[in-house]
Amino acid sequence: MTHIPFADQPHEDHHPTSFVAKYVWSQDHKVIAVQYSIIAIFVGVVALVLSAFMRLQLGFPDTFSFINPNSYLQFMTLHGMIMVVYLLTALLLGGFGNYLIPLMVGTRDMVFPYLNMLSVWFYFVSVLVLLASFFVPGGPTGAGWTLYPPQTILPGTPGHEWGIILMLASLAIFIVAFTMGGLNYVTTILQARTHGMTLMRMPLTLWGIFTASMMGLLAFPALLVSAVMMALDLLAGTSFFMPKLVSLGDSLDYSGGSPLLFQHLFWFFGHPEVYIVALPAFGMVSDVLATHARKNIFGYRMMVWAIVIIGGLSFLVWAHHMYVSGMNLAFGFFFATTTLIIAVPTALKVYNWTLTLWQGNIRLNSPMLFAIGFVFTFIHGGLSGLFLGNVIVDVPLADTFFVVAHFHMVMGVSTVMVLFAAIYHWYPLVTGRLLHEGMAKLHFWLTFLGAYAVFLPMHYLGFLGVPRRYFAMGDTLFLPQSAHTLNAAITVFALVLMVVQVVFIVNLIWSLRHGPKAGHNPWGATSLEWQTPDVPPAHGNWGARLPVVHRWAYDYSVPGAVQDFLPQNMPDEEVERLAPDTDSAVESKS
Amino acid sequence: MNPFRKIMEKPWDPSAEESAMALAIGPGTQYAGQRLMLHIFLVIVSVVFLLMFATFITHSQFPGFQPLAGEPWSPFANTTALWLNTLWLALSSLAMHVALIRLRHDAATQALWAMLLAAFLAAAFVLAQFSLWRTVSGMGYALHGNPANSYFYLLTAVHALHLLGGLFVLVRAIWLLWRGAETARMQTSLSLSTTYWHYLLVLWALVFFLLTRSPETYRAIAVFCGLG
Ligand code: HEM
Ligand SMILES: [Cu+2]
Repeated sequence: MTHIPFADQPHEDHHPTSFVAKYVWSQDHKVIAVQYSIIAIFVGVVALVLSAFMRLQLGFPDTFSFINPNSYLQFMTLHGMIMVVYLLTALLLGGFGNYLIPLMVGTRDMVFPYLNMLSVWFYFVSVLVLLASFFVPGGPTGAGWTLYPPQTILPGTPGHEWGIILMLASLAIFIVAFTMGGLNYVTTILQARTHGMTLMRMPLTLWGIFTASMMGLLAFPALLVSAVMMALDLLAGTSFFMPKLVSLGDSLDYSGGSPLLFQHLFWFFGHPEVYIVALPAFGMVSDVLATHARKNIFGYRMMVWAIVIIGGLSFLVWAHHMYVSGMNLAFGFFFATTTLIIAVPTALKVYNWTLTLWQGNIRLNSPMLFAIGFVFTFIHGGLSGLFLGNVIVDVPLADTFFVVAHFHMVMGVSTVMVLFAAIYHWYPLVTGRLLHEGMAKLHFWLTFLGAYAVFLPMHYLGFLGVPRRYFAMGDTLFLPQSAHTLNAAITVFALVLMVVQVVFIVNLIWSLRHGPKAGHNPWGATSLEWQTPDVPPAHGNWGARLPVVHRWAYDYSVPGAVQDFLPQNMPDEEVERLAPDTDSAVESKS
Repeated sequence: MNPFRKIMEKPWDPSAEESAMALAIGPGTQYAGQRLMLHIFLVIVSVVFLLMFATFITHSQFPGFQPLAGEPWSPFANTTALWLNTLWLALSSLAMHVALIRLRHDAATQALWAMLLAAFLAAAFVLAQFSLWRTVSGMGYALHGNPANSYFYLLTAVHALHLLGGLFVLVRAIWLLWRGAETARMQTSLSLSTTYWHYLLVLWALVFFLLTRSPETYRAIAVFCGLG
């Protein structure tokens, strides 16, 4: 049998020429990455606007007539679902995964380019189906992003007829899209690495993306199964999740189903999902920190193992989202324990990021600022997570704003911080131009401080007992007047925070034309994506010959070397060594 | 390099010997990529079915659950029809295997016939499953009747969908081979399809097993899996 190695796949020689083949029906991973990113950022903005509506209602109740209890729930559901699935998952894996994997492993494209193209189009359709639910009778579903039955499909929940069907259909399409993409990411990393690129020489970004893709492939099926079974309950009258119940005075035909079963399935997907979003972010932030501190990442092997162990353990903690579901206490104890164990590798990573910075030659540019901002917000969200991981603390705090504050800090703000760091870091590679640094720094400070102003006070509201998913507090006696004032203040900060993002969007568009030319490798980075012959990389990435890898991705400030950094594809012969006496002088200084 | 060595590597100090070893490995072949993708895909399908099995076993412990086998009047008290369907699928798998062996011996025509037979038998299986549906629903066991019925339709339908997907790929391969495609290329494609076929046979056997157990066996499985 003759087998064709990926390096010489025949499809490289016919470069697409027409506009449509190049930018619309493209099989080039870089174009697909940009398509993914643009769609994701667009729905992300939709979700942001929805949160503005919610904040307006919470801060200034009885002021806005277009927000009623039903629409509040609909905004909340769509906001949560879009942010977690359609923005973060799609942008991190579909966007950054697609762009970086082939470049970082030193290959010309994904292993299955056609499948990759289908993936982005399925994603696009899933977004259209989701947004269509705003225009159907009854509007989108308002069941909360967790979609718990039985209330999801009962009259009384907004969107219980059309909205929920579109939501389930959209999720199913998204999962198909993700699976086609994920199979590509995993196979490309395992099979298409260039000569010399061993697994342990890969940048941590790849480890994060690889583990997250693997987890996504195994976790999304749980959501698919629950979506299919719920759709059958809704459309065919089966009783997978629906118990015998009376609704609005009518006894329904359901009997024998178990809502709890849905919760298990959902969180078997839902918790790993948190890490599907977090692990690529962990990886990317490691590389940004190392590059801009001009130091190797502290404890590389430990970091790799931490990523893999976190990935594995996160399949064993799902029921910590269900402490208040009436489960067996022994169960609760088991899940509290696994939850606290997962904190160990996570904390290790935080130490290693901090130690990477220690005595580094830090450049405080915009990617670095966002990366450091991430370390702060992640520590913060992680600590409140330790509180909630304990059954006894969680029970009073569950379903209060403390939880809202926690998950926004840990997976909303932190991940978004990394996304900004990554965009500021890799934009010069994608477009060939640098972003405007002044605007970028303004964007950072306002976003960082704004995020704290919005989400820190929410912890306090949670302690007071302000419930989440409530349209209005009304004249609740246990809430002091100050809680209402605080709510109004949060809303003002949130609106400012949102308006600030305009600076970012303007910067992205303005710099496309007017940013200073980036040239080759503006940051002096070692990993392969910066070593392509053309910037931005051309179709096929590498010109005539694939790169050959001689070292790991973190050779910054190597003792004895003249160069400040050694790219991964630099052979040993090209490294200029210092004369022996100066060598020891450098060594004693550091 | 063995896997243990791979993860124990110290990437920051590439001794000359290890570097040379690293350079020796490079990008895999397209076939290796496709095979890896198929294997991961099979793991995903297994997860889908495992989750459905787990919820099925959980349901079997709820009051009001009426298994489809066990009592003499229940639809699967007599499993002849199920065994017959199994036979179609098993023969189809066998035909695939024969086709692969014939192709390896460069007997393209014989392989083509075996593949046609496999496709035909697989289609027969899907039709037979469909007629089984008709029989069961004719006996009054509707989709929405009892969770056990729902699972019967759900599991067989999802299994059949996977088989239809495979059938689509197989028919395409038959077409290509008929048009005189290179045997070497068809061999890789056929060997992947054959793996998929065998997998679906095992999967069907599991579905069959699970749907026709008695309440006592469900109880035992549930206790064993900690779901009871
Ligand atoms: C300026 C940014 C944001 C603001 C002001 C904001 C605000 C809100 C508000 C007011 C709620 C409803 C709370 C309730 O009534 O229970 C909410 C829910 C939620 N948000 Fe955000 N959010 C923001 C960004 C994000 C991001 C980036 C994520 C991504 C993880 C996210 C994920 C969620 C989720 C999952 C829910 C829960 C929805 C549910 O309970 O069903 N949010 N957000
Ligand atoms: Cu969790």
